[in-house]
Amino acid sequence: MGGHHDAAPAAARVRNLEELAIAAGLATDEELDAALADLYANASPVNGARMVARAWTDPGYRELLLADGNAAAAGLGFGGQTAHYRLKVTANAPGLHNMIVCTLCSCYPVGLLGPSPSWYKSLAYRSRAVREPRAVLAEFGLDLPEDTEIAVWDATAETRYLVMPCRPAGTEHLGEQKLASLVTRGGLIGTAAV
Amino acid sequence: MRFAPGDRVRARTLDPDHHIRLPRYVRGQVGEVVEAGGEWPLPDDRARGIEPPRVETVYAVRFPAARLWAEGAHTVTVDLWESYLEEAR
Repeated sequence: MGGHHDAAPAAARVRNLEELAIAAGLATDEELDAALADLYANASPVNGARMVARAWTDPGYRELLLADGNAAAAGLGFGGQTAHYRLKVTANAPGLHNMIVCTLCSCYPVGLLGPSPSWYKSLAYRSRAVREPRAVLAEFGLDLPEDTEIAVWDATAETRYLVMPCRPAGTEHLGEQKLASLVTRGGLIGTAAV
Repeated sequence: MRFAPGDRVRARTLDPDHHIRLPRYVRGQVGEVVEAGGEWPLPDDRARGIEPPRVETVYAVRFPAARLWAEGAHTVTVDLWESYLEEAR
């Protein structure tokens, strides 16, 4: 670690944690640096978006994605990003909206969504998503019909969740690459429609 | 594997001094097994440095919000290690 963040209090805390982990023999400095470099080079919501766009255009891939998220990720070259957990993809459908949260900390498939937004780690999101998801979604600008069922997934263990949004109407003419560009990180978390 | 999809299970009211991954808001609550999500080391053991840690099936268990919070029409699905669960009668 180095560079311009050293002055920030958070950086000092991170460095303390790193030193404790190193002293405990859990990791070396080099391993920590390599993990961070890998994260910044390869973790992006573009990855999750590509998987969703493929599923929208290829029924076979969609089936695989819903049955075995890890195999589907590996199929698009994201096996490394999903190596350490079970990936479960939950599909939105007319009348069903999925949303992910980690009430204990901030778990989510970082390799497919990129570093998590600060609100995802906030106590407010973590406590309210399981209690009043409809109100939380409305604050994100997503007003769901009253009869739409909301399924919240709390990532408390070793499964990481990713939401597959519904393909927007009027996109029948778009190719896979263009479709992928429509998918946002919020859509993959479930706080946006797409 | 002790439970199958569709089984009604109760999250036990465990409250140990050590780390546990059983969220307080589901303790004592009855839900339904959605699916088994593989076998994973028990975090309670890992956090205490117990070698080797126990390995258990983890289940996705779905709870109706109305049962958790006495209001709300949504569901909350939580991943729970097998020893956190008991049969619900």
